[in-house]
Amino acid sequence: MSELTNTSSDLVLDIENLAVRFETDDGIVRAVNGLDLQIRKGRALGLVGETGAGKTTTALSILRLVPKPPGVVQCDKLELNGRDILTMQTKELEKVRGKEVSMIFQDPMTALNPVFTVGDQIAESIHLHENVSMTEAQKMAIDMLELVGIPGERAGDYPHQFSGGMKQRVVIAIALACHPQLLIADEPTTALDVTIQAQVLDLMKSLRQKYQTSLIMITHDLGIVAEICDEVAVMYAGNIVEMGTLEDVFNHTRHPYTEGLFNSLPNVNDRKAKLKPVPGLMPDPTDLPEGCPFYPRCQYADEKCKLPQKKTYVSDTHFIRCCAYDRPGFHIEREEKS
Amino acid sequence: MAENILEVRNLVKYFKTKRGMLHAVDGVSFTLERGKTLGLVGESGCGKSTTGRTILRLIEPTSGEIIFEGKDIRKLNRFQMRHMRKDMQLIFQDPYSSLDPRKTVSQIISEPIKANKIMTRQSEIDERVAELMSIVGLAPRLFNTYPHELDGGRRQRIGIARALAMEPKFIVCDEPVSALDVSIQAQILNLLKDLQEQMGLSYIFITHDLAVVNHFADDIAVMYLGNIVEKAPAEELFTNPLHPYTKALLSAIPIPELGAQKERIPIKGEITSPVNLPDECRFYKRCQYACDKCKGIPPLEEVAPGHFVACARVAELN
Repeated sequence: MSELTNTSSDLVLDIENLAVRFETDDGIVRAVNGLDLQIRKGRALGLVGETGAGKTTTALSILRLVPKPPGVVQCDKLELNGRDILTMQTKELEKVRGKEVSMIFQDPMTALNPVFTVGDQIAESIHLHENVSMTEAQKMAIDMLELVGIPGERAGDYPHQFSGGMKQRVVIAIALACHPQLLIADEPTTALDVTIQAQVLDLMKSLRQKYQTSLIMITHDLGIVAEICDEVAVMYAGNIVEMGTLEDVFNHTRHPYTEGLFNSLPNVNDRKAKLKPVPGLMPDPTDLPEGCPFYPRCQYADEKCKLPQKKTYVSDTHFIRCCAYDRPGFHIEREEKS
Repeated sequence: MAENILEVRNLVKYFKTKRGMLHAVDGVSFTLERGKTLGLVGESGCGKSTTGRTILRLIEPTSGEIIFEGKDIRKLNRFQMRHMRKDMQLIFQDPYSSLDPRKTVSQIISEPIKANKIMTRQSEIDERVAELMSIVGLAPRLFNTYPHELDGGRRQRIGIARALAMEPKFIVCDEPVSALDVSIQAQILNLLKDLQEQMGLSYIFITHDLAVVNHFADDIAVMYLGNIVEKAPAEELFTNPLHPYTKALLSAIPIPELGAQKERIPIKGEITSPVNLPDECRFYKRCQYACDKCKGIPPLEEVAPGHFVACARVAELN
């Protein structure tokens, strides 16, 4: 039917009705609540949302890295290249991690092991997954380093000898060493300065084109999404509230929360425009409201918003979870762009 | 002509390290008009926070003059400086570590009032704290809560209330919204702007976020390795940047609009170490236009009204 739910052979990742909760002494934290997500081969998806929206938890569930206990992961479907991740044995899972799916973590300062050289750390992943000797793996590691713009002779250096931007390049080299089909990048440039961020984003863009890697880019920066993604999913309180192509979400915004995000950003082209922040705070995940989690902060909310929200398709590629559009003639204030 | 609340002349701060002299702030000069905001931008390690703290003498400068309301505050003794600090306050970046976890919200906000013996009667102090809390938009029920019970946005409001307690004329805001989510960030930026209008505050706004500073500041100074390389009114800086570093920096901002991305000007390499710097343009090693003229530190010169640039080749390149 739609472009987003294309034929299954084309899907790298297929998640249906994912729910993750953490059972803590202070109550049950509902981190992800019934999320569906599909990613096609070679596409880049931006997963956007504020702290606590469940972006990272979603990513960790894909690799089955959610700590258990206290985490409990449930879903109807969690398939990678048509194979079920949820029922996989640990041995099998280890073959998938780093080979079929890799992850880049937010903080390059802590993602690397301080007591091994960067060359060894890249070679480790290659040696584990490709059928090569350690010496060959070392050679391939040097090639990977050069690919991310670090001179090969630095393979014998330790992480502390590199700057933040260089460390993030090393992490990218490890993640891409075995040419994964899916790369999950969790705020990969948040810890970096803008000029270095620009270098890292350009690198990721060119490597992705080269290897046809699918990408999930977790970020809170809509500017980064506009630059490197094809599709966007906006998360709020553990679910996707709006998803579509860049064009759909940026120029034909439908969900009130997405509108609120855009209105909160300072406009580079119009510095006098007053910021319109979303009032209030994200709901406590141990005590989520019934129905739409955004209704306590939403200026358009009415009684119906207190009931569970269903997915509504605006177009083939664009869906929202918002019942306000059931009202005749309803529209948000943000203007459409062509 | 508008009156300057602050004038900084040739401010220098060096730190002695094992590897040599670290040039954190290396001859920074600027003025701040009363009621206005000067944005200080630059990447990590460029000396923007050290500049902010040196102006308040939280770090003793190596040399230079800091003239606040006509007085060189470097000449003040401890007692006089303490008195002067009532007019000069600081808002910190991290609302998590800048608040004492063992004190309640009201204790934190009332601390400067007590320390400076502005008020002595507890009922009077409580009244003032309640007033400050309402100014920054904290609900009265939070009076006796502890910081760990609150989210980042509310904690930052406590930091702002504490800074306002002395009715300052001038506040250094050191990355006040960097640790906050965008929707909360917008709330705090609006609050700071409203307070400025109501109380006539002057701000130095330190940030690495260029979109935020463009929105917030009247003038922007771009720092690189302890020097101001360009300073101009915000609009002028964004529409007509002249220094090669400013151009590259502005082109690196990802813009949240489709098709809005400008041609990116790449900068090679990373920020040079600020230890034992040679006498050449600070941007020399990374600048694509560097030539022999760039040996020797270029002075910050006015090239258009209010627009200052420190680049030896500014005339021929633009």
